[in-house]
Amino acid sequence: MSLIDIFQHLLPGIGKTIGIFVCTLVFSMPLGMIIAFGRMSKCFILRNVVKLYISVMRGTPLMLQLMVVYFGPYFIFRIQISSSYRLYAVLIAFALNYAAYFAEIYRGGIESMPQGQYEAAQLLGYGKGQTFFKIILPQVMKRILPAVTNEVITLVKDTSLAFSIAYTEMFTMAKALASSQTSVLPFVAAGIFYYVFNLLVAVVMEKLEKKLSYYR
Amino acid sequence: MLLEMNHIRKNFDGVDVLRDISLSVKQGEIVSIIGPSGSGKSTLLRCATMLETIDGGEITYMGEKAVWVENKKPVFAKKDKMKAIRSCYGLVFQNFNLFPHYSVIQNITDAPIHVQKRKKDEVFAEARELLKKMGLSDKENAYPCQLSGGQCQRVAIARALALNPKILFFDEPTSALDPELTGEVLKVIRSLADLDITMVIVTHEMSFARDISDRIIFMDGGVIALEGSPEEVFGAEHTRMKEFLGRFREK
Ligand SMILES: Nc1ncnc2c1ncn2[C@@H]1O[C@H](COP(=O)(O)OP(=O)(O)OP(=O)(O)O)[C@@H](O)[C@H]1O
Ligand SMILES: [Mg+2]
Repeated sequence: MSLIDIFQHLLPGIGKTIGIFVCTLVFSMPLGMIIAFGRMSKCFILRNVVKLYISVMRGTPLMLQLMVVYFGPYFIFRIQISSSYRLYAVLIAFALNYAAYFAEIYRGGIESMPQGQYEAAQLLGYGKGQTFFKIILPQVMKRILPAVTNEVITLVKDTSLAFSIAYTEMFTMAKALASSQTSVLPFVAAGIFYYVFNLLVAVVMEKLEKKLSYYR
Repeated sequence: MLLEMNHIRKNFDGVDVLRDISLSVKQGEIVSIIGPSGSGKSTLLRCATMLETIDGGEITYMGEKAVWVENKKPVFAKKDKMKAIRSCYGLVFQNFNLFPHYSVIQNITDAPIHVQKRKKDEVFAEARELLKKMGLSDKENAYPCQLSGGQCQRVAIARALALNPKILFFDEPTSALDPELTGEVLKVIRSLADLDITMVIVTHEMSFARDISDRIIFMDGGVIALEGSPEEVFGAEHTRMKEFLGRFREK
């Protein structure tokens, strides 16, 4: 089998990998903002519950979280799990995990904003929502972009963890192909795929950074 | 009276920073506040502009009570009243606090358009007029990071003026600037004096304060130690005031 054949064979898996990637970002980025607000809440209980959540999400392996989300319903509640649940389990685990990381990035960015920006906005009569969305958030986005880039690049590689609950994304297929063909080439193909994917991510993020470089 | 502050007290971590300060400002009046570092000048302005809550006393704008203290807790006027009160004052900060992601013209026009909901072309025309007054017509599309400190401060002044406040507070508007840039900002503030805008200015520029002010307030240790016309205050036989001025002459 040539590399081209292998890529053709892996195509459905590649689609699923990209699917995990896109869905995780779409869900975890806004969810992270909500979690960040919980983490910065004035309410002691909420703040600490969220803090615990973040520390568990960041302190345990994503692979373990995947398994808990996938097998948990059966082991804990004896709910029969359907095979279509596999995809949902992947998306739930990834979104919950990445939201925790994004939340901490957002929080760092928001807390790094000088108080003077809030005060100026208040003096000019902006409401709380206007202040956040017009004044604070755009500046926070610029500040956190490098950290977000890191996280997105990690996510590209982390999609391979879905193999641990046998979801047939690209890496799971490559692994199966490698053993059936007794060849290392599928792994080479997988490596090339991740590398090129991340190259693309880096280019896009760099473009974004450039776009935001009109001010300091 | 445009602004009345009665028996204002403010306490930070058990330390009384403002101790029973009363101050009123008439329409068109220019009041300068001077005093040693830590005497509470900024705190007084921050209380007047509601950036800090007060621990005692009351603040009234145009006869409308804005904030007062009940059971040791500050109470603010009702929301719609508060909105009207807030729109009648502006503050120019020592370090400008311009919005870095907005161009000069956006900094000036955004609040009038999106807060006051005024017509776009009218606001832009007014903003350009203001920029002309500030000598910054060519900087309309520049970003704050491309401007000098003096230019930033002039934009900040224009931004505050664009909301048509009745009274404008300045907290050491030239202290963050290189000496050669203070002149241009002071000149702009002087030009506002001619326009009959009510101003309360915290400053360390003594000759400027003496020239421009109708009244000078000397603060020391959280109280108003001396108050009067520039001649009265600068000529007073007051030990702390003399000490304070003496330190300035040395510099
Ligand atoms: N947010 C705060 N928390 C605690 N203490 C504060 C706070 N803001 C001011 N203070 C204290 O209040 C006192 C008065 O401060 P303020 O900034 O009003 O002085 P100032 O007269 O403006 O001085 P300067 O000329 O240096 O600006 C100082 O002792 C200061 O340490
Ligand atoms: Mg001060």
